[in-house]
Amino acid sequence: MHDGHHDDHDHAPITDGEGSVSRFEVLEQSIRELLIEKGILSAQAIADRIDVLDSRNPSLGAQVVARAWTDEAYKARLLADPRAAIGELGIDIGHLAEFGVLENTDQVHHVVVCTLCSCYPKMLLGVPPAWYKSSAYRGRTVREPRAVLGEFGVTLADDVAVRVYDSTADLRYLVLPRRPDATAGWDADQLAAIVTRDCMIGTALPQA
Amino acid sequence: MASQPAKAASTLAPGSAYPGPRFSEGARVHVDSREAIGHCRTPYYVRGKAGTVASLVGIFPNPEQLAYHRPGLPKLPLYRVRFMQAELWEDYAGAADDHLDVDIYESWLEAADA
Repeated sequence: MHDGHHDDHDHAPITDGEGSVSRFEVLEQSIRELLIEKGILSAQAIADRIDVLDSRNPSLGAQVVARAWTDEAYKARLLADPRAAIGELGIDIGHLAEFGVLENTDQVHHVVVCTLCSCYPKMLLGVPPAWYKSSAYRGRTVREPRAVLGEFGVTLADDVAVRVYDSTADLRYLVLPRRPDATAGWDADQLAAIVTRDCMIGTALPQA
Repeated sequence: MASQPAKAASTLAPGSAYPGPRFSEGARVHVDSREAIGHCRTPYYVRGKAGTVASLVGIFPNPEQLAYHRPGLPKLPLYRVRFMQAELWEDYAGAADDHLDVDIYESWLEAADA
């Protein structure tokens, strides 16, 4: 997979928009190359870490949500101790961050943002979508969350409080959406199929 | 103040034991409006604002030190602080109960007048 000459532009840089490589990308590349040169990290270790991240995707989070929807005792454990409850399903969230689970109810709807950078529960949802890292999403979600949610197609009644969670520190947050009424009798696999990534960020509602 | 006053984290010597969280759930707190030099995890838009402690999230190494490869000691209490949107933004267009939660380290918080 990583055979041959490792060109400077092996991967297209991820940028906020069009344009040249930013100074931070140059900085990252310089530090990475220095760490490898000095033998502190190996290219293989970096590639392995990328493989771990690539192995994560929203189906893991959906599995957690579906279990919580079908097992009240599990849900209680999930809210009280996310690390242990997620671990029960054989999912290791690693040790870079703790996790928090935010339960939507008929009175409060959560939407997660990280205004400082792009903190995201990668070990349950994989790599965040580009928009999650955009300055527009980060800036506007805390300022006008209902307008942002409206653009995602989510319109909430005024008697449902919108709670924006600005994920700034040591925890990564997963939204536990409300289970649609029309899913009575569904099993966990059927339920997991309607729990999209955006439902767990808070920018979508599960559709039965 | 909702709990026993303790020495502010910023005045503790590195490595000294932290005396324990100063704020209890429900305490009104005020976010310091200082300019931080270097890395910090307190967003600008809540600096100088008052909020309510929703919960103690945990005790974590100080990120302002970790960013510079220092040990981050003493560890700091990290609180989930809740702000009413209407108090953050004068022209907030949403429901009256809309609010925002942010995790903030104790070194940025002071007791607010009730």
